[in-house]
Amino acid sequence: MPDFTIKNLNLSPVSANFSHIFNFCVPAGTCMGITGPSGIGKSILLKALADMLPHEGEVFLGDIESQMISAPQWRRKVAMLPAESQWWCNTVGEHFLRFDETLFGYFGFEQAVMDWQVSHLSSGEKQRLACIRLLMNQPEVLLLDEPTANLDRTNQANLESLIADYQQKYQMPVIWISHDKEQLERVCQQLLVMNKDHYDVSSLAGVPS
Amino acid sequence: MIHLTPWDLVIASGMIIVLAITSLLLQLNIARQLTIAAIRNVIQLLLIGYILKLIFNTSNLFLLASIAGIMLLVAGYEINARQKYPLKRWVGFKIGTSALFLSSFSMVLLTLMVIVAPTPWYSPQYSIPLLGMLLGNTMNGISLGMDKLNQSLYQQKQVIEQRLMLGQTYQEAIKEIRIESVRTGMIPIINSMAIAGLVSLPGMMTGQILSGTPPVEAVKYQILIFFLIASGTGFGIITSVWMISKHMFDDRQRLNLAILKIK
Repeated sequence: MPDFTIKNLNLSPVSANFSHIFNFCVPAGTCMGITGPSGIGKSILLKALADMLPHEGEVFLGDIESQMISAPQWRRKVAMLPAESQWWCNTVGEHFLRFDETLFGYFGFEQAVMDWQVSHLSSGEKQRLACIRLLMNQPEVLLLDEPTANLDRTNQANLESLIADYQQKYQMPVIWISHDKEQLERVCQQLLVMNKDHYDVSSLAGVPS
Repeated sequence: MIHLTPWDLVIASGMIIVLAITSLLLQLNIARQLTIAAIRNVIQLLLIGYILKLIFNTSNLFLLASIAGIMLLVAGYEINARQKYPLKRWVGFKIGTSALFLSSFSMVLLTLMVIVAPTPWYSPQYSIPLLGMLLGNTMNGISLGMDKLNQSLYQQKQVIEQRLMLGQTYQEAIKEIRIESVRTGMIPIINSMAIAGLVSLPGMMTGQILSGTPPVEAVKYQILIFFLIASGTGFGIITSVWMISKHMFDDRQRLNLAILKIK
């Protein structure tokens, strides 16, 4: 898998409040953590990387710039997991093309989960299923917005190991927003700290996968 | 035919006044709207009555086209009124007018040139009532469909964005919303077709029978009108739903609600 490179990305078309100009690179098979105070624009940045918001500058996956391919194609490759997942059909199964034993198995889900009613899911179940739904698309980059916010310790560890496995197996670049410093130190090799009008990137000791 | 005297209408308006007073007493908040609508109704209908009397005696195509144009523009404007999440003025007017033009005008032209074929084909006695009936009815359906579409797009923003994030095209992401909007707009005309004759006697047919047309002749016209309205409404809704959804997404298929006038 190729590197994920951001050149002169500017979010001012979303709102004049965002004055950052981002330049960074997430090499294949590594994870970059993003942290910073609430409301500083972390999710906005992630949405712009998935081309869900207007922006200036360039986002490269290898030599492919986001505007070179159609938006749906780009979003299949550069897959974003929003902080709050949304479901539009009645049962879980209608949101999936098929049941994948390995992927669902990471969180201990069995085939029967496909018949569950979405309205009965807990926020943690939704978060885990949303993660599986995203990986089923075979993305090339993962953009995770607080993926473990609603999970208990066990499932948090399950999700971390699932992402680490995918990151290593497919050599994916991953970007991971979190408020949990310890978690970021576990999973990331780089850390981007966002502040009002500047940001810093530093290396982390996180085990390179 | 028995002619109505002004006094006959005064008696009928008495009923409206009683209803308005009742609603005031019960605080139902419809007295104002009801009164305005009733007064508009009298003025507009008297006006069109005299205009029709005037143009029935001439056969001026230009004059007819101007009247048809005015009817279309007014309907195009009205289609956006009374919506919960209306479109911004010019976009709404453009979309409403295009949808009405495609649905009503094409149906009326087909009727005048091929089906009824009076001489001349634009004979005002046929063209104006047909156009009026089609505009009025298709407008209803289109307006309901648009209302449902705009409301769903606004309320389901997060779901739509989630689906886009999963790599769906905007057409896929709003497929169910489109289906629901078309359905909502079509329900009234489908209902009226289904119950016509069993539960209700449609207005146009009733009018023709009251004025002495043999019932079976009136029925034939009513069937023609139903089919025209149903197909016109359908094409009009499809046009407006497709045009609005095209406007709601930018060139990178991002949902952009900026064309809604949020109150």
